[in-house]
Amino acid sequence: MEYFGIIIGAIFVSNIVLAQFLGICPFLGVSGKVSTSVGMSGAVLFVMTLATLVTWLIYVYVLLPLGITFLQTISFILVIAALVQMVEIILKKVSPPLYQALGIFLPLITTNCAVLGVALLTQSKNYDLLQAIVFAVANAIGFGLAMILFSGLREHLNLMMVPKGMRGVPIALVTAGILAMAFMGFAGMV
Amino acid sequence: MSMLTVSGSPHIHGDSSVKKIMYTVVMAMVPAMLVSVYFFGLDALRVLLISSLACLFFEWLIQKYLIKAPVTINDGSALVTGILLAFNVPSNLPIWILLIGAFISIGMGKMSFGGLGKNPFNPALVGRVFLLISFPVQMTSWPAPKLLFGSITSSPDAMGGATPLGFLKEGLKNQTVPELMKDMPDYAMELIGFMGGSLGEVSVIALLLGAIYMLAKKVITWEIPTAYIGSVIIFTGILWLVNPDMYISPVFHLLTGGLILGAFFMATDMVSSPISSKGQILFGIGAGVITILIRIWGAYPEGVSFAILIMNAFTPLINRGFKPKRFGEKIQSA
Repeated sequence: MEYFGIIIGAIFVSNIVLAQFLGICPFLGVSGKVSTSVGMSGAVLFVMTLATLVTWLIYVYVLLPLGITFLQTISFILVIAALVQMVEIILKKVSPPLYQALGIFLPLITTNCAVLGVALLTQSKNYDLLQAIVFAVANAIGFGLAMILFSGLREHLNLMMVPKGMRGVPIALVTAGILAMAFMGFAGMV
Repeated sequence: MSMLTVSGSPHIHGDSSVKKIMYTVVMAMVPAMLVSVYFFGLDALRVLLISSLACLFFEWLIQKYLIKAPVTINDGSALVTGILLAFNVPSNLPIWILLIGAFISIGMGKMSFGGLGKNPFNPALVGRVFLLISFPVQMTSWPAPKLLFGSITSSPDAMGGATPLGFLKEGLKNQTVPELMKDMPDYAMELIGFMGGSLGEVSVIALLLGAIYMLAKKVITWEIPTAYIGSVIIFTGILWLVNPDMYISPVFHLLTGGLILGAFFMATDMVSSPISSKGQILFGIGAGVITILIRIWGAYPEGVSFAILIMNAFTPLINRGFKPKRFGEKIQSA
C-alpha cells in the first residue's frame, strides 16, 4: 500500500512535468512526434532509475558518514553527468542496438533537471533504497505519460491551421498549460 | 451497403451544417436553462446572459482584430460555449470573474488554436477549470435555491452552502454515509434539481430531456454517455457493495454533480472527442473512472470537468489507436 501511494503520487498527483515543472526542456523540445517521445521516455526511465540508485548509495555511504551533505547538489550533478557518459560508452560497446535506439537522447538527459530533481527529492523524502527505486521508476513513467500525451496533442495540432502568431512553441506552451490545469484535478489524492 | 453505392445525380442533400448542429445543442439546453432560472431566480438569468454575450463578444473581437479570420459568431459555437460555461458556475458568481472565464474559454481554449474544429480541449471546460483553480472560494460557494415562484417549505441542512457532493466530502471525514444521508435532499428532490450546485447541473430530468432531443437529432451518439455513465455506475457500485458506510450508492453519484451534464453535453463535443465508436467507448470509460477517482479520493468534490479535460488530451492518441481498417487491407486471422 505504501508503494502504491508512492507510485500514484509520482505518476498523477505530483507529476514530475505537469505538477513540479521539472524536465520541461525535453518535454517541449522532443515532443514533436510520438515515436521520439517514446524513445525519450525510455531513455529517461533508464537513466533516472540508475541515477537515483547510484546517488542514493553515494549519499548514504559517502556523504552522510563524512558529514558533507551540503555537497549533495554538486556531487549529484557530477555523478549523474559522469554516470550517463559512462553508460553511453558502455552501451556503445556492449549493446549497439540499444545505443541506436536511445540515440541522441542519452547525452541530452545528462543535463536534465528531472533526473537531478528526482535524485534530490528522494533524499528530502528520506526514502530507503527500495522506495527510492520505486519512486524513480514511477516518476519516469509519469514523465513518459506527460510526454506521450503531449506529443499526441502536438502531432494533432500540426494538422491544424493554427493562427500565425501562435504557431509552434506558443501553442505548445498553451497546450501544456491546459494539460497541467487538467492534472491539478488529481490534487490531494495521496 | 446500399448507402455506400456511388450513383449518378440527382443526390439527396444532407442538410446538416455547423450552424444547424450548434443551434440544436442550444435548443437541447433550453430545459436546463429554464430549470436553472426557476431554481436560482434572476441571478441565473444574469449569469446565462453575461456568459453568452461575453463569449460572443470575445470571439468577434479576436477574429476581427487579432487573427483577422472570417467572423463566425453566427454559427452558434460561441453561444454553446457561453451557455455551457454558465452551466458550470454558481449563480452568485461575480460578473468580473465570469468575464475572465469567458475570455479564457474563447481566447485560450478555442481561438488560440484557430477557432472551431481545431481546439483539442472543450473550451467551456478550459474556462471552468481555470476559474476553479484561480478563484476556488467564489467558484465553490453555492447559493441555496431560491424559487422564482412559490417558497421553500422544508429545507434540509445540505441545501445551501454546499453541493451534496461537497457536503459528502466534508462529512465523510468524521461521519458515515448513512448518518449523512439524513441531512441531504432525497433522491426525488435531486432528480428534479432542488439542491445547491452550478446552474446547469442540478436538474437531471431537464438535462435528460435535452439529451434525448440531441440523440433523436443525431447530434450526439450513444457511445460516450453510455460508457461514461455505465463505468461510473459499475465503479461506484462495486465500492458501495464492498463498504456502504464509506462509499455512497451509485444513484447518488448519478443524480448529483455535473455527471449528466458532462456526459451528454461536454464529453460528446465533436471536436475534442474520439472519432471511432470503439475510441468513444474507451474515452467514456476513462472519463468515468477518473471522475470517480477524483470524487472519492481527490481534494476536489467534483471531478467531471477535470476528467473530461484529461480524456480530451488522450483523444489524439485514442484516434491513433483505433484507426478504421482501410479498404482491401488484410484482416489478420488468429
